[in-house]
Amino acid sequence: MKIVVTVKLVPDTNAAKRIDPATKRLVRTGLETVLNPFDEYAIEAALQLKEKLGGDTTVTVFTMAPETGKETIRKALAMGADDAVMLSDAGLEGSDVWATSYAMAQALKKTGFDLLIAGGLADDGNTGGVPGALAEYLGVPALTNVRKIEEAGDGKIRAQRETDSGYQVVSGPLPSLITVTMAVGEPRYASLKGIMGAKKKTIVTLMLADLGLDRAVGTDGAKTEVLEISAPKPREKARVVEAADGASGAQAIFDFLREKKLI
Amino acid sequence: MNFDLTDEQKAIRQTVREFAVERVMPRAEEMDREEAFPYDLVKEMAELGLMGLPFPEQYGGAGADTVSYALAVMELARADASTAITMAAHCSLGASPFYLFGTEEQKQKYLVPLAQGKMLWGFGLTEPNAGSDAGNTQTKAVLKDGSWIVNGTKAFITNSGTDISGGTTITAVTGQRSDGKPEITNLIIDQDTPGFARSKKYKKMGWRASDTRELSFADAKVPEGNVLGKRGDGLKNFLTILDGGRISVAALSVGLARGAYDEALKYAKERTAFGRPISKFQAIQFKLADMLMEIEHAELMVLKAAWEKDEKRDFSQSASLAKLYSGEVSRRVVNEAVQIHGGYGFMDEYPVSRMYRDQKINEIGEGTNEVQRLVIARMMGL
Repeated sequence: MKIVVTVKLVPDTNAAKRIDPATKRLVRTGLETVLNPFDEYAIEAALQLKEKLGGDTTVTVFTMAPETGKETIRKALAMGADDAVMLSDAGLEGSDVWATSYAMAQALKKTGFDLLIAGGLADDGNTGGVPGALAEYLGVPALTNVRKIEEAGDGKIRAQRETDSGYQVVSGPLPSLITVTMAVGEPRYASLKGIMGAKKKTIVTLMLADLGLDRAVGTDGAKTEVLEISAPKPREKARVVEAADGASGAQAIFDFLREKKLI
Repeated sequence: MNFDLTDEQKAIRQTVREFAVERVMPRAEEMDREEAFPYDLVKEMAELGLMGLPFPEQYGGAGADTVSYALAVMELARADASTAITMAAHCSLGASPFYLFGTEEQKQKYLVPLAQGKMLWGFGLTEPNAGSDAGNTQTKAVLKDGSWIVNGTKAFITNSGTDISGGTTITAVTGQRSDGKPEITNLIIDQDTPGFARSKKYKKMGWRASDTRELSFADAKVPEGNVLGKRGDGLKNFLTILDGGRISVAALSVGLARGAYDEALKYAKERTAFGRPISKFQAIQFKLADMLMEIEHAELMVLKAAWEKDEKRDFSQSASLAKLYSGEVSRRVVNEAVQIHGGYGFMDEYPVSRMYRDQKINEIGEGTNEVQRLVIARMMGL
């Protein structure tokens, strides 16, 4: 079975970030790139499934990113993925969900897959729109919020979907797309042997010319525009309850919580 | 000249850093207090590939270079010196002799499970009366009916007595050379050798979660084929191992110092006195600046020695200089780190208190500061 994991390269999750007011885009210069943390769970789910299925199951990591992202992609290879495909072209810059998912889908058609796994949400843009759009363009079902893949193979998949009140067991055909939640299990460390071996693994680069697109991508292909951007409001100063004794302190906190309708 | 680490070196440092912060650091205080050898952490380190980091993949290792290895030891020591020495002694002292001097058969039998981290191994050079004077080995081995009969005692042997220790390689006098000096040979002592016994764990000031024991040999019967390297090359070969070991201990010192610096910096920003964080006082700032300066200096020396080893150059002097300097830096840094903490630094619940105790052995183990100075002076031709 061929498993493909879509990953996004995002600016270091812990770094301080700045938005360029002119372009309304994140200033990426000087920021280290990391694997989108949610996508590490997708990789983990893929590797678990590969271990379970054995045989000729392979895990390919797929990303749309500038060439400079290669070093970050190697981390996914060091974790245990077999190879990687990078869709990399200056013409993709400025793509929104619409354009990104279209370009990715065309590339994924070339790559081929039995099971496509996505992290579901990116740490930077937070749109969560790409996986659904990919499924639409690729004409495959999307099983979202999967917490556990029970079975996969012979053209079928059975998985547990997380819901607010518990989980559903659902099944569907293969090829399919799934998005996973953090319940699939903590992403493994890249083994040191894996790090040493990652350089020997193949990273195939695809460019727009390889895809034969019949629609514009990049800024020209984007249908959405960021109109305004603002920083979140700073958190209000905490209210300190001062009380003569424990009982009156507890009463003050109780009154506050009730006033806010929290209890 | 280029100070950039390679992609692999960066990735290894980052991975070991994450592992050390998430898995080792939260346990360090308890392991030290309980003197508990962390079998589960050793297993995790084995899975990660740390226990065979510098050995080729064909022998179960990760195939990383010495620079990566030094970075890994630094990051572990930054979290916990006991865990770092367990790993560093395992690679540099336990497994290296098989890699450097073993026959293919010995490599398969010993190096492979060691590099996979399934087994630990001791390095039996030091004796109660032969520390810095390593040539003064009193342990004797006599060949009789196809077996070596070994008698003697070894002291302070790391990783020699855990539940997963497979044995120890020792130096023993096996005869007299033509120049009248003792002939010293390396013998492989399997753990189940009749007549070979391990003491209880030593009670130590630092490195308390690492396994250190005294070994005794009373007519211990060792197969004749258990010679490692050439008969008579035992001391020379072990001294070669110590050259590499110095890079390990130097890296450990730098890591420990950086861990103490991290703690001191954090504390200085949190602790207020006279109405502001103590980090705003020049007296504290100067201490922190000096600490960082010395740590960076020591780290460069360690990485240079490691790089020279990777480039197959003579690294003996660089390794000695790095070991000596970083050992002394670690002492100054832990001392100031405790000083910045004031009275709290003297309390067990603050990591700097453990680091202060863990540090001292860095100036003694694998060649004291005094021996390093001798070695360095000798290399000047003095």
